[in-house]
Amino acid sequence: MTDHTRPPAPDGAPEPVVEMTGISISFPGVKALDTVSFRMFPGEVHSLMGENGAGKSTLIKALTGVYQIDSGTIVLGGEEVSFHSTAQAQDAGISTVYQEVNLLPNLSVAENIMLGREPRRFGAIDTRRMRARAREVLAGLGLDVDPGSLLGAHSLAIQQLIAIARAINIDARVLILDEPTSSLDADEVAELFRIIRSLKEAGVAILFVSHFLDQVYEIADRLTVLRNGRLVGEYLTPDLLRIDLVQKMIGKEITTLDDLEQRVRESESDAGDPTVFLKARGIGRRGAVNPVDVTIHEGEVVGFAGLLGSGRTEVARLLGGIDRVDSGTLTVRDDGTRLRSPRQALSHRIAYSSENRRSEGIVDELTVRDNIILALQADRGWFRPIPKKRQDELAQSYIQALGIRPADADAVVRNLSGGNQQKVLLARWLAVAPRLLILDEPTRGIDIGAKAEIQKLVVSLAENGMSVVYISAELEEVLRLSHRVVVMRDRRKVADLANDDLTVDSLLALIAEGSDDADAVPDPTPATAEEPA
Amino acid sequence: MTALLARLAASRLFWPLVMLAVLLIIDVIAVPGFFSITVRDGNLYGSLIDILRNGAPTLIVAIGMTLVIATRGIDLSVGAVAAISGAVACSILLGSPDPGNPATVAVAIVVALLISLVLGVWNGFLVAVLGIQPIIATLILMTAGRGVAMLITEGQILTVTSPPFKALGSGFWFGIPIAVYIAAAVFAVAATLTRRTALGMMIEAVGINPEASRQAGIRARGLLFAVYTFSAVCAAVAGLILTANTMAADANNAALFIELDAILAVVIGGTSLAGGRYSLAGTLVGALVIQTLVTTVYTVGIPPIATMVFKAAVVTVVCLLQSPTTNQALASFRRSLAVRAGKGVASA
Repeated sequence: MTDHTRPPAPDGAPEPVVEMTGISISFPGVKALDTVSFRMFPGEVHSLMGENGAGKSTLIKALTGVYQIDSGTIVLGGEEVSFHSTAQAQDAGISTVYQEVNLLPNLSVAENIMLGREPRRFGAIDTRRMRARAREVLAGLGLDVDPGSLLGAHSLAIQQLIAIARAINIDARVLILDEPTSSLDADEVAELFRIIRSLKEAGVAILFVSHFLDQVYEIADRLTVLRNGRLVGEYLTPDLLRIDLVQKMIGKEITTLDDLEQRVRESESDAGDPTVFLKARGIGRRGAVNPVDVTIHEGEVVGFAGLLGSGRTEVARLLGGIDRVDSGTLTVRDDGTRLRSPRQALSHRIAYSSENRRSEGIVDELTVRDNIILALQADRGWFRPIPKKRQDELAQSYIQALGIRPADADAVVRNLSGGNQQKVLLARWLAVAPRLLILDEPTRGIDIGAKAEIQKLVVSLAENGMSVVYISAELEEVLRLSHRVVVMRDRRKVADLANDDLTVDSLLALIAEGSDDADAVPDPTPATAEEPA
Repeated sequence: MTALLARLAASRLFWPLVMLAVLLIIDVIAVPGFFSITVRDGNLYGSLIDILRNGAPTLIVAIGMTLVIATRGIDLSVGAVAAISGAVACSILLGSPDPGNPATVAVAIVVALLISLVLGVWNGFLVAVLGIQPIIATLILMTAGRGVAMLITEGQILTVTSPPFKALGSGFWFGIPIAVYIAAAVFAVAATLTRRTALGMMIEAVGINPEASRQAGIRARGLLFAVYTFSAVCAAVAGLILTANTMAADANNAALFIELDAILAVVIGGTSLAGGRYSLAGTLVGALVIQTLVTTVYTVGIPPIATMVFKAAVVTVVCLLQSPTTNQALASFRRSLAVRAGKGVASA
């Protein structure tokens, strides 16, 4: 917990509608939430802030009955509750609208709004009353949508608003909006905010999750910041400068890795005139990232910094051939290239290690050995299998070099801890002997020891001439390892600087700075007093 | 001894093997001479030999199906492909002046297999290039294929006389039915192709996590082409054996429902329909269970009209024994028994 005192309750609503106290949830190998407290007041918009892995979605899932809590209490409207299913949470007045609209596109708007609580007449659904009720709900939101039309016929934005209409029809006391704006344009966001404000006036408590800081500052009354499964603090939005918020989200890690930084500095100073390995000019992808220029030299570690959704991962995916570019040119060692697939990138000896370890990284039912040799084998083709003996040598050497536990090449990867799975993935990419290794959040969700080992590895790889792109939400890590830092914000590159002059604070300022925001000037004495030790 | 038993029990093959044993025991109780094998004219005869020979077509189809299922797919068109290959072979034999000539038979077989290759490429195209869901993509050929076979046979049941062709179905070589050799050969080819090369691991990787496989540089498209083509060729081989059994090409009824038996064999063998890890040995046991089941129905004297119900009951039991939920329940039951017996419980 934090020694930070909570801001006062809003006027006229002294009792929170939701009060979660001391919530802890563990998953195998990781503590997802550690004694986190969180409360929501009626008629307030409350934003839950934090980077990936901070515990936002775990907390939401604890509140909505998806996950069972290990310890702590949830009090809803003065009564302690314990939900075992989302249906129970919904009946208690907690409604959730997810990022991906999870309604039924082949049913009508009215059917979607009334699903599960259709008005009945002689046992059959009373379509006329259903539509009338749906029309009322829609009118209440100021939405001009025909209740009889198919949901799928409407734009994503309208579907999102209809999802909210459905949530309201359930008499929600608490409405959870999880990244509701990520697929909306400016006008649609304005429309959504209008509706959020009218719900607020009606006394609904709204939990608004978004990684767009501008939107958070526009709509939220109160903020709760989480980091690494712990509560950082609860704040009233007007009292918290944007740069302070970002700093609280990203945090400063207490570190024993200063010698690494020293090594990075030294390698920098004795580098002569480095050869360019990869040169990207104006590469972009519609809807993902605006055109950027990136140059990566041999033996250089380039850090990509920025918030979630800033474009840091999107650029990395373009460089790794995971997503195709719409525009721009990519040159690998004087050779003009279009990377159409990861396979092609690998043939240029560019390897990309995804931030989504589970869904895009490990093949969880296969063994450690198979996972390690996967990319190398794919490169050799079907009919030139790596001889069994060589497979064992490879697996054993990486198990030892990276300290993979258990040290068993036949272990099924699914049963390994997150950190060890990450090491297996690293081994897979190292096995193809890449010239450029792109590591997207390689240290997320893994324990501190494994983190340090992975960082040490990055430094020694670069010393041996490999180029590395290093992405992490932890700025300390980026600064410690990188020779150069590319800063992304709002899907654009906003800075490309040699590491010499950078500090966590100046980097924070670059990341947080809003275009129309005077708060963004770095505060010379950031208020760190309330940081947890 | 207990360690061996524990390892056996943990194996995915455990329950299918138990099932097979139970069925065989039922048979031997009903007919004491069930296991007896006699030698006539130098050839082996007996119920066990019948199970092997009659189970060969299902096994061959199931081997192809195993690889398709491992990629998260399914191939419903195998029955239709089998019917087409039988129809093609028979019409070639009928159209030739000398259907008894081994060369003619060889031509008929090769042409039938080549056509199945094309059909497999068609399935692969629909799934890998157009991205149609496998169940729908292969449903197209499942329905259309019977029609194609009808066109080839011109709506007739073609009967042929050709001793070399007949040998495929009912011939013997060194005392063992030729169909058994063919099944063994297909099994060996599949095992060698997938386990001696990197193909098997890649098929599993694509079945378990397609996106991770793509990012590792695996070309899923080629793999899908390969497995659907292999499945179609397996189906054609099975179709030729079935046709040679009856020496007649029946477009409507040849290899009817063989896709269901093949899928069952795969599932009984412990390969998940969700794709991923597959076991050819499991499929072998699965196909034997299914064929033994059919034989058991006759030996025990269950009326043929009840066959389907009986089969369904056995399949239900096997699937229940393999389901994780049942396994957990069984495990906790065993634990409670052990506690009651006052013994220490070895942790899993």
